[in-house]
Amino acid sequence: MDAKYILQQALNALQLGSIYALIALGYTLVYGVLTMINFAHGDVFMVGAFLCFSAAVLLELPFVPALLFSMAGTALLGAAIERIAYKPLRRAPRVSAIITALGVGIFLESAMLALNPYPKSIPTLIDNVTWTFGGVTVSSLQLLIIALSLGLMLLLDFVVYRTKTGMAMRAISWDRALVPLMGVPVDRVVTLTFALGGALAGAAGTMYGLAYPVIDPYMGIMVGWKAFIAAVVGGIGNIRGAMIGAFILGGVEILVVAFLPSTYRDFVAFSLLLILLMFRPHGILGKTRAQKV
Amino acid sequence: MSEGEPILSIRNLGVHYGGITAVREVSFDIWPGEIVTLIGSNGAGKSSILKAVSGLVPCTGEIRFLGRDLKGLAADRIVGAGIAHVPEGRGIFGNLTVLENLALATWQRCDAKEVQADRERVFDLFPILRARGRQEAGTLSGGEQQMLAMGRALMTRGRLMLLDEPSMGLSPVLVREIFKILREINQAGTTLLLVEQNAHMALRIASRAYVLETGSITFAGSSAELLGNPKVRAAYLGT
Ligand SMILES: Nc1ncnc2c1ncn2[C@@H]1O[C@H](COP(=O)(O)OP(=O)(O)OP(=O)(O)O)[C@@H](O)[C@H]1O
Ligand SMILES: [Mg+2]
Repeated sequence: MDAKYILQQALNALQLGSIYALIALGYTLVYGVLTMINFAHGDVFMVGAFLCFSAAVLLELPFVPALLFSMAGTALLGAAIERIAYKPLRRAPRVSAIITALGVGIFLESAMLALNPYPKSIPTLIDNVTWTFGGVTVSSLQLLIIALSLGLMLLLDFVVYRTKTGMAMRAISWDRALVPLMGVPVDRVVTLTFALGGALAGAAGTMYGLAYPVIDPYMGIMVGWKAFIAAVVGGIGNIRGAMIGAFILGGVEILVVAFLPSTYRDFVAFSLLLILLMFRPHGILGKTRAQKV
Repeated sequence: MSEGEPILSIRNLGVHYGGITAVREVSFDIWPGEIVTLIGSNGAGKSSILKAVSGLVPCTGEIRFLGRDLKGLAADRIVGAGIAHVPEGRGIFGNLTVLENLALATWQRCDAKEVQADRERVFDLFPILRARGRQEAGTLSGGEQQMLAMGRALMTRGRLMLLDEPSMGLSPVLVREIFKILREINQAGTTLLLVEQNAHMALRIASRAYVLETGSITFAGSSAELLGNPKVRAAYLGT
């Protein structure tokens, strides 16, 4: 084992972590405003991958338009899911919303299966060049995924922490009932939050589809769970926590595969996360809220 | 006093929570420029009335603001119409900074210059907020949070401000300070509806008062009349 190897694996971890992070952000955004886990979110990611496939194969769009097409589609999907499935349940017990979310997820999987009975493969939309620097191989795709993800994360961080919409989202997570007194239309901000999360999942689906050989209607389940766990590890509801959690998870997975049989991957990853949560039940950046009355 | 159009006109207001009636058949008017106080003990329905006016709870009856029926208007629209509500317990957003709390309240405004000027005005009224600008509001003291809540209400540019027990949990010195500022706010043109259990202070700045008991108004009159009423004195002033 040498420095080159570690660097190589770190790069791989960064790529995987980026994709987890984009999805984890969607979980954490929605949790932030509604304290609800949107279990259909992994399937929105899956739809994003298929939208990219459609854009690339059916519409023959190049990379950037295909990416935007997928992101716009999943943004709409996220918003529609909220309006149609979750909004009527705003006052219902939380378990109803969770079950509905699972139902929406199964609906998306089955609908996609009906449309695409066979796994698909997204054509290479970009010139994939590989460079070797002193034994470390870097592909342009890998760099693109990492750079684009980081860019989107910075953008989201900006939206959440620097814009009025972001302020409203954070205020809603503090006390939704009082936000209307500021003149803020809460429902619109909530829907927008789902759209934002959806767009990020679409970007993740697109990049996943480019980086890994096949996409299928069930791809969102495992990746979705992992992104969810990443969000929890970072501290669900916390934007920066979700990113940190995702990179930790990506790193752990790559490390396991590097040193142990690859079948150990999920077992070790999930065990480590469980242990971490035993010591920090609110995640790395999550805090129990101290509120002055 | 009662010339012209009332700014707020309430007729037969009812607020019900499931089977519980919190407010029944309440009617009153407030005229522009007034300070009116609504006094009542715990559970009398004071907060429910304010929440009904600002659209936070559904109600029966009629609420008119500047002649406009507020029925069916969402709470955020009511803010836009010109009603600012400083809720019970302040309701500041503890995870936002002081500046962000103030900025959020300007959501419906698009007059950036005026917003800036209003913020300066808020800082002039509450200098401590200027110093705490970048601090998370949750770390403010109770008094500072009350000031922030009032500052935030000012930022919405409401013509009518509803205040739900602004003196709650504050030291007498601070209460006097807050009430002095309330009077200044009123003199600058904002009409105030002040809900208080602290009747002493409220009656000192209000021109008129209503007493609410188990959801109904049992006394209405000028502050002087109320102060002269032995029954009211016994119940709300402890003398
Ligand atoms: N969300 C609610 N659900 C059920 N009952 C409620 C609700 N809010 C208020 N009530 C009831 O309505 C009545 C009036 O409550 P309200 O908060 O308006 O009183 P208040 O005069 O503001 O009291 P306080 O001085 O303690 O703040 C009370 O009996 C209360 O228990
Ligand atoms: Mg009250």
